[in-house]
Parts: sequence; structure tokens; C-alpha cells
Amino acid sequence: MKKIFLPLLCLLLIISQMTGCVEEEKVKEKILIFGMSGDADKLDPADVTDGESISRMDSIFESLVEYTSGGTDIQPALATSWNVSSDGLNITLNLRENVKFHDGTDFNADAVVFSFERQYNTSHPYHEYGEWAYWGYMFSDIESVEKSKEYQVIIHLKNPNAAMMTSLAMFTVAIVSPTNAEKWGEDVFKHPVGTGPFEFVEWVKDDHITLKKNDNYWRDPPKLDKLIFRVIEDPSSRLLAVQAGEIHGMEYPDPASFDIIKADNDLQLLSQAGMNVGYLAMNTGYGYYDDNENGVRDDDEPWVKTPGYFEPLTNVSVRKAINYAINKTSIVENLYKGTAIVAKNGMPPFMLGYNDDVEDFEYDPEKAIELLEEAGYPNGFNTTLWVMPVSRPYMFDPPKIAEAIQSYLADVGINVELYQIDWSTYLEETENGEHPMCLLGWTGDNGDPDNFMNVLYGPNSASIGTAGNVAFYNRSEVQDKFTQALKIYDTDERSRLYEEAQVLIHQDAPFVYLAHATQNIVFRSNVKGYTLNPTERKFFYEVDFE
Amino acid sequence: MNRWIWVKKTFKKIHIYLKKFSLYRIKHVDSGSRETKTHELVRRFLYNKSAVFGLALILILVFMAIFADFIAPNEPNPSPPELENSLQPGFWDENGAEGKPLGTDMLGRCVLSRIVYGARISLSVGFVAVGIATALGVTIGVLAGYFGRWVDSILMRGVDIIFSFPALLLAIVIVATIGQGLDKAMIAIGIVYSPQMARIMRGSVLYIKEMEYIEAQKAIGSSNTRIIFRHVLPNSLSPVIVYGTLLMASAILDAAALGFLGLGAQPPTPEWGAMLSESRFYIVSGAWWAATFPGIAIIFAVLGLNLLGDGLRDILDPRLKT
Amino acid sequence: MILYITKRLLQLIPVILGVTIIAFSLIQIAPGDPARTMLGQHATQKEINEIRDRYGLDEPIIVQYGIWLSGVIRGDLGRSIITNDLVVNEISSRFPNTIELTIAAMIFAILIGGVAGIISASKQYSITDYTVMGVALFGISMPVFWLGIILMMVFGVILGWLPIGGRIDLFIPYQRITGFMVLDSIITFNLPALVSSIKHLILPAVALGTIPMAMIARVTRSSMLEVLRQDFIRTERAKGLSERAVIYKHAVRNAMVPVVTVIGLNFGLLLAGAILTETVFSWPGLGRLVVEAVYERDYPLVVGCILIFAIIFVIVNLITDILYTYIDPRIKYE
Repeated sequence: MKKIFLPLLCLLLIISQMTGCVEEEKVKEKILIFGMSGDADKLDPADVTDGESISRMDSIFESLVEYTSGGTDIQPALATSWNVSSDGLNITLNLRENVKFHDGTDFNADAVVFSFERQYNTSHPYHEYGEWAYWGYMFSDIESVEKSKEYQVIIHLKNPNAAMMTSLAMFTVAIVSPTNAEKWGEDVFKHPVGTGPFEFVEWVKDDHITLKKNDNYWRDPPKLDKLIFRVIEDPSSRLLAVQAGEIHGMEYPDPASFDIIKADNDLQLLSQAGMNVGYLAMNTGYGYYDDNENGVRDDDEPWVKTPGYFEPLTNVSVRKAINYAINKTSIVENLYKGTAIVAKNGMPPFMLGYNDDVEDFEYDPEKAIELLEEAGYPNGFNTTLWVMPVSRPYMFDPPKIAEAIQSYLADVGINVELYQIDWSTYLEETENGEHPMCLLGWTGDNGDPDNFMNVLYGPNSASIGTAGNVAFYNRSEVQDKFTQALKIYDTDERSRLYEEAQVLIHQDAPFVYLAHATQNIVFRSNVKGYTLNPTERKFFYEVDFE
Repeated sequence: MNRWIWVKKTFKKIHIYLKKFSLYRIKHVDSGSRETKTHELVRRFLYNKSAVFGLALILILVFMAIFADFIAPNEPNPSPPELENSLQPGFWDENGAEGKPLGTDMLGRCVLSRIVYGARISLSVGFVAVGIATALGVTIGVLAGYFGRWVDSILMRGVDIIFSFPALLLAIVIVATIGQGLDKAMIAIGIVYSPQMARIMRGSVLYIKEMEYIEAQKAIGSSNTRIIFRHVLPNSLSPVIVYGTLLMASAILDAAALGFLGLGAQPPTPEWGAMLSESRFYIVSGAWWAATFPGIAIIFAVLGLNLLGDGLRDILDPRLKT
Repeated sequence: MILYITKRLLQLIPVILGVTIIAFSLIQIAPGDPARTMLGQHATQKEINEIRDRYGLDEPIIVQYGIWLSGVIRGDLGRSIITNDLVVNEISSRFPNTIELTIAAMIFAILIGGVAGIISASKQYSITDYTVMGVALFGISMPVFWLGIILMMVFGVILGWLPIGGRIDLFIPYQRITGFMVLDSIITFNLPALVSSIKHLILPAVALGTIPMAMIARVTRSSMLEVLRQDFIRTERAKGLSERAVIYKHAVRNAMVPVVTVIGLNFGLLLAGAILTETVFSWPGLGRLVVEAVYERDYPLVVGCILIFAIIFVIVNLITDILYTYIDPRIKYE
């Protein structure tokens, strides 16, 4: 046995090197393998909220409108033209003809109506197959969607909504094939069929998802023959894989490895200022139960204590103290290693309505101790900080950042225990308000300030169980400004309202805004045509090898 | 001068106490030589070089654990953190961090200091976990072995069930139930290792049960409790000691694994497994020290315990060699 | 013989049942409400009650267990809470991956460990002996995850000889028949796939198999030493047989007994180590699945995985015991 084993091994290794060479010549098919940090959750565009699922689906599905390359302006996609009525309550869209789904069926108004209706109409036969989380965040203003002609639909709104057109470019309202949904019923999340440049081939759980070129795409077919998303959770393995050429690109590179990537001639690093914000949210104490599910706090829905109610954090001096105690500049420089800018407001500087006049809290531990004494906590206190275990676009390594914060707070007498749990449970628990403090953040979906400000900081969003406002910040003037700003189309007026809101938020300090991180993707040098999009969505249509 | 007399007296007392245990006396008489059993054991132990090496390693770690405050060059968890020292190399590099011989981790903390303080954690985890495993295992093993028949069947069936889980998996499930944290990890590991202890103990008890003088004790009417506590237990100690040491090695490895998976020690505790997990992603970026040295520390501790355990087994009960 | 096997199989059933009871109850105790997790954030109280009703979550635990057990007998392990896919699907898609890795690691451990042990024993107290045993000692003291990372670094990056993750290069077409990639490649005469899958298997198998290899080496050595001391070996030598023949033909066979036991015991270690190895090498197996499932409180998936692990372990033990009786005819019946 022993005698043949060693020579056999050598023989195998030799053969492998040889076949490796032969392989590279034979592969005329253009296959691009992209490394992701996690597997998709589901492949139904309307039923997900996580970036991993969305990334895969951006190549399979399309919406009525789409973002221009690299930006958040919109251009026609499945809709060729549209018209918003003067009262802002009706949007009429003309649909593109001669477009087919991957399963051969036609794209038409019925498909559009189906894609929307199954989300908002509780009596729709397919409503029970999904959670449709994003509908509540962004689309609750839609009353109904009506087919007016074979290739025309009308969207009826409850209120005028300045952000609705850009929101129509989102994945939530991508158009899916009704025939396919009927065929698969509750398993439709495993069999995505859309109109996009790539078709779904297979999904091997926790390993890879394969897409192939859609030859019947309504535009020119994409240059790549196959697009494979491979799951490599470990960032070092991902980097090693792209260095070795096993994959051709990857997301979420570790900031600590940027020097190596830049020095490597086989790799290119694409960076862009991110449309995101990472923050430490402090639970100011009170939320409400949105019993009638209208997304608004009505008078019969009173403020009640959240499960994570913690007395010291209800005091604004304490929250300011925490702001002073954390050295944001040091965190951004040393932990983000220069891949972010320090944040002082709740949305990135290039957004409409950003208030640059707000003065940030300087790092001042003595002042923090002073404020704590004033507030009646001369010896500090103990509390818990919720941390997510996964990389986010706005925070590459939340546990490290949490540890640093833990250390800073210990310096002023606040002893923090870290609480980590898996990502989906984390979202659930923070949306329930079970935390005294938590790390979280947000990537913009449509480039509109409402998508940040209202969803994250509006008191209407402080609903226990579905909260986007995880500091449960409840100053009503702020909500008034947001509601108002969404209804009007005048950008100067909107800008003014958002700026005022930011001043109020800064005074109440429910958050410690940490950073706006850059978006970073690594590719092999021979890959061209990829453009980063501020929404962090991934579009491979134009990508090719040199 | 007085001090030595005191030491001699203490050992004399121990000798008199040990004489109460029958097997000790028997072996003492059997050997026929003038040295006591203890002398013989120690002599044979010292003769075994690797065992001594193992003992030395462990003593170093114990020393580190006790005198961490004096040995460590820096604080393991400085507050506020010195983030600007993030990921700096140690003495081998000319740009190495001042006063931090093994470099710093991502949060600028001195790796050597964290390893030194980590000795405390790892040793106590090993100790407590094995302590729990021993307490549980010895109880079950003695009951099963001594009383036999249906008690044995049921208890061993239960033991088999727990044994059917891969150790780490069971520990993970237990931690998921009772919560994460170092203390919970200790309990989980202790429970997971109790079957092994139980089996060892049972085997030992079965062997001793057959010895004639136990039958003699029964014949003269000693109660079961008396027999168990005065005769069976003390003479079954040697396999427990041997396996306890060896299990402690595994316990430290498992604690590190739990720490690696994020289920054991919580930040900012400087536990070696957690340190490894925290810093492994930086190897690729060139900062290999933060993950490599804690790994070496784990190897040291486990190696030392394994050598020690082997040595003890050689001198106490070569029969146990499997 | 048949009687013995049947008896053992029957004894297995209560053990497996016990395992499932423990798994089931542990998950029940764990914090987190499955109904809420299933429905997500927009769940109303009414919907929650509906789900609790449908899954019988308010029934006493015994009843719930009964429901679950009847499902298992029919082959239905329920649906994963997180992905909504059938548990059986989730497990079966990853099952061959873990088994392939475990078998590869075992082969590595037995071959290298066994050979090392035999050589060591035949050259007792020589430098070879001490070196081999030294390495073995290091082997059992090493954390699997650390070794995996080091191997990845050295062979994957610095030397670039071997790939560092996944099971096969993705641009090689591969037909899945059994799910065991190496086997499938052989069956379908797919040489590139065979080579690629073996290359990807080497590092994880070595990392995973090192601890068992070290153990097997030590056990083989001590067992061989004992056998070599025995009288019948002296007889063979006296007959004029070459040393080599003595060792291989006679000593090894008799030394196998305790080694087989150790292999059986090690299988459990391998399953546990697979969890860590799969994480480090991004290997899509059961180990990773179960850790994630526990983390996410995905009860049906966790219990399903534990069941499978336990069954595998118990069956391997049974096989070990049966092999034992074949090798050592003295121990036939209980």
C-alpha cells in the first residue's frame, strides 16, 4: 500500500498542473466568478431585505425604471415613459413591448399588477408566501395598481410622494413572472424568473448560484456567458481566492488588506463614497404598537416603554456624554483604516438636505464625565450593547468597533457588556426595541433623503416590532417635517425641512453617528465594465474580460 | 532548621492518613523495599523525561497565570483603547511597536500581555470543566459500577446517549440553550466530558469490586457507603487523575474552539481561542502575529497537559494504555 | 453472528430515541419564539396564534415530540424556519460533502498514522521513533482551526500549490450523481473534475485528519510494541522469517484490534472537527449548517442535523464493534 501511495500522489499532482494549463486554453466561455460574503436568503425580489439576496437578483430581475449607471437618477427600463398627475396621486406608466420573461411568457401589464398586488393585497392568492417587509417601509403610500391597457398601468397613491418614482427602481417592485409564481407556489423563492440580462441556472446552498446569459434579452445580450456567485464567508479566504485567480472579483474586502490589494498588479480596487451611515443607537425609551398597520402613529396608539427601556439613556445629558466619550476619528482612522469619513449627521454629505452647519461632538472624556455627574451618574452605570456578527457596508467589522466603544465607555465609568446574536434574530430583536444600545446602520435604497431620515429617525418608524428607528426617537416636530417634506416636490423647500430636522436630532443626541463608509469591490485587473452604484446593488450587464 | 522539621511532620501525617487506605498498605507491604509508595512514584516520574517536560510547561503556565500582573509588559485591555497602535509587529521587525515584544492586535493591544493573562482563563476553564466532568462522571461511574445490574444498564444507556453526540456539537447546543459566555462554556464542556469520566470510573470500580478484600469487608458487614468512600473511591483515584489531566487538555482545546466560534469567552476577555478568531483575518494582510502566538500558546498548554497525563499514566497504571 | 448484530441494532433504537429527546427538549428550552421568527417582523398576534396552532406549539412538549417523531418516521423532518426549504433537502444537499471530507480525512489519518506507528514501533527508541512520536504529540495538541489557517497560508498563498476553499473550480462542468465529487468524477470519466476535486480536498482533509492521525500513530505504536513482545513473534523470527515479513504478515494483523477501537472513537472527533474545518475552508457541509442553525434558533433544522449526526455516529460505532469481533475471535458475544 505504502509503496504505491507516494508515487501515485506525485503523479496526480503532475497531472493536475498539466490539466490546469489545458483548462485555461479550452475555456472559451466567458465565466465570471464573484465572491460573496454570504449566501442569499431567498430569490424572490419582493420578499427580501438583505444585500446578499439582492445582489444575486439584480442580474435576474428588472423593474419599471432603473438607475443610471453609477447614480440614483432614473431612466426607463420596463416602462418606456410615465406621467405623474398634477395632484400627485396617480402615476401612469407605459410599458415596453416585446419583452419576454426567461420562461418564455410575455411581459405585460398583468405581470406588473401581479408583482405589486401580491404584496399589498392581503386577499391575493400569493400574499401568504412572503413577508413583503420592504413594502411597509417604502411603498405604503400605494393604494392600488391598475391595468389600464395591455401595456399600461396606473399606480394610485394615497398621498403625493416625491420619492415614489425613484423607489420604483428598487428590487422590491421588480417584475416577476406570474406564470412562474403559479407554477411553484411557495417554492417560488428558489426558482427566480425575471426579464433581466441573466437567467437562473442553479442554486447550490452555501456554495454558489449560477446564472447564464439571457439570449432573448430585450437589449443586446450581456458579454459574459456565465455569472457565478460563490459564497466564501471568510474574508481572508475570499482575498486569497481572488489573488489566486480562483474568483474574478469579490465584495467586502477587509480594510486592513487594502495596502496589499493596491500593491498587487493583478488586482484592481474600486471605491466610491458610500450612500450609507453606521451608528450607535441609544434606546430613548418609548415606542408604540402600530395596531392598524398603517405605518403611522395614530392617537389611539400611545407611547409605551420599550422592552429595552433603560433609565439613564432617557436623559439627554447621558446620551451627549456617550457621544463625547467615543473617539470617532480614531475609530475611523484605525479601524476603518481610512475607508470611511466621520459622520455627524444621519445621512451622507452628498444627499439633498445635508446640514453641514451642524457641529459634531469632539472627543472629550472629561466633558463626558462632567455630564454624567450632572445627570446623576457620577460612578457611571452598567449596560449592554447589541452587536451584529456580520459585515455590513457601513461597518466591516462590527464586533471590533463594539470592543473599541466598550473600551472608550469603560474609561468614563460606563461598563458595557457585548451581546451578539445571528443577523436575522438581531434585526428582529432591535426592531422590537429589546436593546438599550445597539450598533446598526443603513444603506440608501433610492438616493432620496426620505429613505434615510424618515425610515430611520421619524417617530412613525418607532413602532415596536417593526422599528426602523431603533433609537425610538420620538420628537413629533421632527416627524412633521419629514411627512411634509415627502409630499412636496420643491427641492429647496424639502432641503430646508431636512436641515432643520438634523439640528433637532443633533440637540437630542439619540444616536452616536460613527461613519459613512466607502463602498469597495475588488476585481482581477482583466475585468472591465463594472460600475459601482451608490445603492450597493450589483449590475453585471456591462462587464467583460479584457 | 525548624522549617524542615515542620515539613517532615506534615508528610508524616499524610503518610499516616494514607495508611488508612487498604490498598496503599497492601502495595506498601508488597513492594518489600524501604521506600514509601510516594517516593517510588516520584522517582519513576522524574525518570520519564517527557513527563517532566510536560510538568515544566504547565508550571510555567501556572506561574504566568498567578503572576500575570508582574510578568505582562502592558495592560491586556487598556481603556481608552490605543487604536493608533493597531496591528503593529513585534521585536522581529525594526518598525515594531515599543514595549510590545509580540506586536499588537487590531485594537492596539499588546499580544504578549493578552497571552499571559489568557493563561489564567484557559487554565481555570480547563480546571473547572474537568472538575464538573469528574464530579458528574465519578458519581455516575461509581453508582453504575458498584451497584451493577439495572442501575448500571440505565446509567450507561444514558451515558451512551450523551456519548453519541460529537463533543463539540453537544457543547454548542448546550451553550445555545443556556447562553454564551465563559462560565456557560465551562459548564457545557464539563457536561460533555462526564461520560468519559463515568466510563473510566466504572471500569475502575468494576476491577476493584472483584478484589478479595472488598468481599472481606462485605463479609464483616461494612455498609455500602463505607466501602465506597473508604475503599473503592481512593483506590480508583489513579485513572481519574490520569484522565483528568488528559481531559483538561481537550477541555482547553474545546474552550478555544467555542471561543473561536464566538460562543465562549466574550470580549474583551483575552481568551486564546477568541484571540485567534478575532485576528485570523489579518494574516492575509500580513499581520500574522496576532493569530499565530495565541495558537502556539494553546499548543503549549495542551501539549504540556498531554505529556503530564501520559507520564502520570505510565507511573500510576500502565494498564490504562490503549 | 446475525443474532449479535440484531441484538446490537435493537439496542441502538433507545439510544437514538434518547438523542432525539434531548435534542428536542434542549431546543425548546432555548430562548426565542419560533412562531415569531417564522413570521418575521410584521407578524400580528393573530398570525402568530395561527402559526402556533398549525404547528401545535402550545401543546405539551410530549405531544409536540410525538408529532415530530411521526413526521420523522414518514421521512418528513419539517421545514427550516429561516429558508423555508425542507429540512431533508437542506441536509441531503450537504450530507455527501461532509462525509466525503470525513472519509478523506480518515483515509489520511489511517494511512499516515498507521504507517508511522508501525515504523515507529519497529524502530523503537531510535531517532525515527522519537521524531514520529514527537510530531504525533504536537498533532494531538493542535487546534484544528489554527492548523487549517496555517496550511491555507503556506500551501495556498505562499507556495500557491493548492486551492484554498470550496470543493471544485467552478468553471469545470461537473455532473452530480452521488454528491461525492471524487466518485462522480470517476463514474463520469471526468478527469479535470477529478483532479480539481482532489486538489480541493487535500488541505481540509489534512487539517481535519491530523489529530486522528496522531492518535492512530500512537495507538498503533503501543499496540505493535505489545504484540512484538509476544512469544509467537519470537517463534516466527526463530523460523527464519525476515523482519519485514514478521512485522507485516503477523504483527500488524494482531495489533489491529485496539487500533480499530480508536478509529471508531475518532470518528466522533472527526465529526466535531468537521464543524471547525468547514468554517475555515468554506466547505459547504453539515458542520457549518448545524452551527448556523443553532445560532439562528432554526429548531427543525437543528434537531434534524443532530439526529443525522447521532445516527452516523452510532452506526459507525456498531460497525467498529462488529469489525472488532471479526478481528478478535475471542470476543464474539456480549
